[in-house]
Amino acid sequence: MEVAPRGIDPEIWKALVPSENPLTPTRVALGERLYFERKLSRDGSVSCSTCHDVRKGFTDGRLVSEGIGAKLGRRNAPTTLNAALQRDQFWDGRAASLEEQAGMPILNPIEMGQPSRDAVVRTLAGDPDYVRLFKEAYGREPNYTDLERAIASFERTLIFLDSPFDDFLGGKTEALSPDAQEGWRLFNGKGRCVACHRLNASNPLGTDFIYHNIGVAARSRDFEALAHKASGELGSEGASKETLDKLALETDLSELGRFLVTRRRADIGAFKTQQLRNVGITAPYMHDGSLQTLWDVMDHYNKGGEANSYLDGGIEPLALSEKEIDQLVAFLFGLTDHRFADLNEAARRKQEERAHMTRPLRDTDLALRKVLPFEDRVLERKR
Amino acid sequence: MKKIPFLKKLHHRSVETKYMEDRAAVLGALKDASRRDFLKLSGAALGAALGAGVSLDGYARSFQPITLAAPRGAEPFRIAYISDSHLYAKEVNDRFVRSLLRAVDDVNRMDPQPDFVLYGGDLAQLGQKEELDLGAQILKALKAPVRMMVGEHDWYLDLGGRWRELFGEDRYSFDHKGVHFVVLNSVVEKDFWTARGLSPMERMQTVAGLDNGRQSPFTVGDAQREWLKKDLEKLAPNTPLVVFSHSPLYKLYRKWNFWTDDAEEVQAILSKFDQVVVVHGHTHQVLTNRIGNIHFHGLLSTAWPWPYAPEGLPELTVEMGRPNPFDPSDGCGDGIIRVHPDGLVDKVYNLWNRNPLTVSRSYTSSSGREDRPQAPGLRRF
Repeated sequence: MEVAPRGIDPEIWKALVPSENPLTPTRVALGERLYFERKLSRDGSVSCSTCHDVRKGFTDGRLVSEGIGAKLGRRNAPTTLNAALQRDQFWDGRAASLEEQAGMPILNPIEMGQPSRDAVVRTLAGDPDYVRLFKEAYGREPNYTDLERAIASFERTLIFLDSPFDDFLGGKTEALSPDAQEGWRLFNGKGRCVACHRLNASNPLGTDFIYHNIGVAARSRDFEALAHKASGELGSEGASKETLDKLALETDLSELGRFLVTRRRADIGAFKTQQLRNVGITAPYMHDGSLQTLWDVMDHYNKGGEANSYLDGGIEPLALSEKEIDQLVAFLFGLTDHRFADLNEAARRKQEERAHMTRPLRDTDLALRKVLPFEDRVLERKR
Repeated sequence: MKKIPFLKKLHHRSVETKYMEDRAAVLGALKDASRRDFLKLSGAALGAALGAGVSLDGYARSFQPITLAAPRGAEPFRIAYISDSHLYAKEVNDRFVRSLLRAVDDVNRMDPQPDFVLYGGDLAQLGQKEELDLGAQILKALKAPVRMMVGEHDWYLDLGGRWRELFGEDRYSFDHKGVHFVVLNSVVEKDFWTARGLSPMERMQTVAGLDNGRQSPFTVGDAQREWLKKDLEKLAPNTPLVVFSHSPLYKLYRKWNFWTDDAEEVQAILSKFDQVVVVHGHTHQVLTNRIGNIHFHGLLSTAWPWPYAPEGLPELTVEMGRPNPFDPSDGCGDGIIRVHPDGLVDKVYNLWNRNPLTVSRSYTSSSGREDRPQAPGLRRF
């Protein structure tokens, strides 16, 4: 367990595993069992794996996740693959560690709905298996802190960084198709993806770990009105962790993203740059699951995102051709771990088929700057 | 607000030195934090750790009426400002167009609406018809009345031809709720172009440049000073007076034309008043100064922030910190001028990506002894 997973420098791995929760086989075993444990939810219907499904790229394939009693949240479930390498957790970074994150959905009323930590601990303490497993893992009776630690320990084993792209970087050029190789060039060049999706030997996830407004939330929401509302409801002292969790999952304020955590204006409508690892098998995309295919994602960026007051300054029209979009998508499918090769190919076919039928965000005029986003408004030019 | 002793006269430090000092302060504060603590320091917490944390709550409220203790039982009124948008033809640059739209949205959302909106000059980048027309079209969307001021970027292609067709006179005065307002054209230059045989566009581009010795410095000029004298002649010394000028009506840094060459003569004309406020554009930054009876406030640009000049920075200025070079909106913005019945103002800098900064009337009138604003510090490093 001291050994770093493939693709991660041993010294970095040492720093990533918290000293107060070293990885041991018994902790991982307990965590794995808890990850699949439906009893952690109020009505016994939902486990971690419901929304972070091992068969679906450790996410759920839904726009937004469904908790107990078929209650819908507001956010798309991020994959637990490589979550251990994230700097903080959730789309808005409201949890600082895997441990902190693991305990939150259990208590959220529309996710797993448990009334209290004690209620969860009582359930586990009534099960001799769990009493034994907790004893073996942490040397004491079941308790909430160790539950969080165990789930985090299991999640630290979900490192999936062994993809065709890594073979390519390792010198096996043919691991990526010529189109995917061209996509990698575009990724670092004309497409400017790399500006936020840092992807190299030191940054294996392909994210800058910070928060950007790329205009996804702007498609349906009035930000300024929401920001005023947010500052009122959150008050000047900031919100408790529970309040924040509810605001993020149950209210329109969810669309404010990172702003809810920092209450900084620059963070209005900003969400975490997602990792690109295994992106082919974790559709739909964006914090609200509003984009169905990677072609839609390319179309979104190609037209310069969605105009709004808080749009990140780096988001500009890209003038990518259809061929270039295909090449970028080919590259992105090359980032899926070999262990999901079949799932990846099936997802690629499905997305391709869908993209042939519908490309709702494609706007070539905007992408090529034939029309600028402000013109409809200022010059009253109707297209 | 916390009172702190009046600052000792600042010794000269370069932009780089100041940046490195800021950076050292940031890193120093974080030095002892363990890695995990560091990770927990999210943006807001980090901001607070840097002593820069004013909550956004303040911003949301900054657009709402704030009643301060006002003399003579009267209420202050509010002016919004937008300035220095530097619009290019849309094929060249549309980012600045989006920025101006953002400012228009900010002002239109004010509830209640401001009494009027000051546009602080440099609507266009190179004075071209399409730039000015686009700007005029965008400003039409403002719900409140607009008072226009001219900047050198609007002027030196056709010497004000198109600007005056669109907006009228470049110098004028008016009264509003007992306050006398004067709008000047402070960017009058001596003819440096005829002798050199410059084309209009060459003339414009020379004026638009920094660090060149070819153009002459900005002035208000003899004719306009005469006009100003006449305009003010009948006013009693205790009349509340606010002057708008594009360039600062004092001498800050000659090489960037942060400068008005006949500033002393203009200040002399204003000297008969008990107190005067001068609000200027051009410098694209938080800038505060006081010379005798005159209180000076700069305006933010919607297009880009200038760094502070390497010398001459007035000691009253609370610097806005180095804008994040990766964030084109940082250091830009718009704002509010809250005019009190005595003519002094609270100047609100609505920095788009930071919390707002208010330079209050009590700060300038106490020469910095009271109500020192908290600097909107480095946020994104």
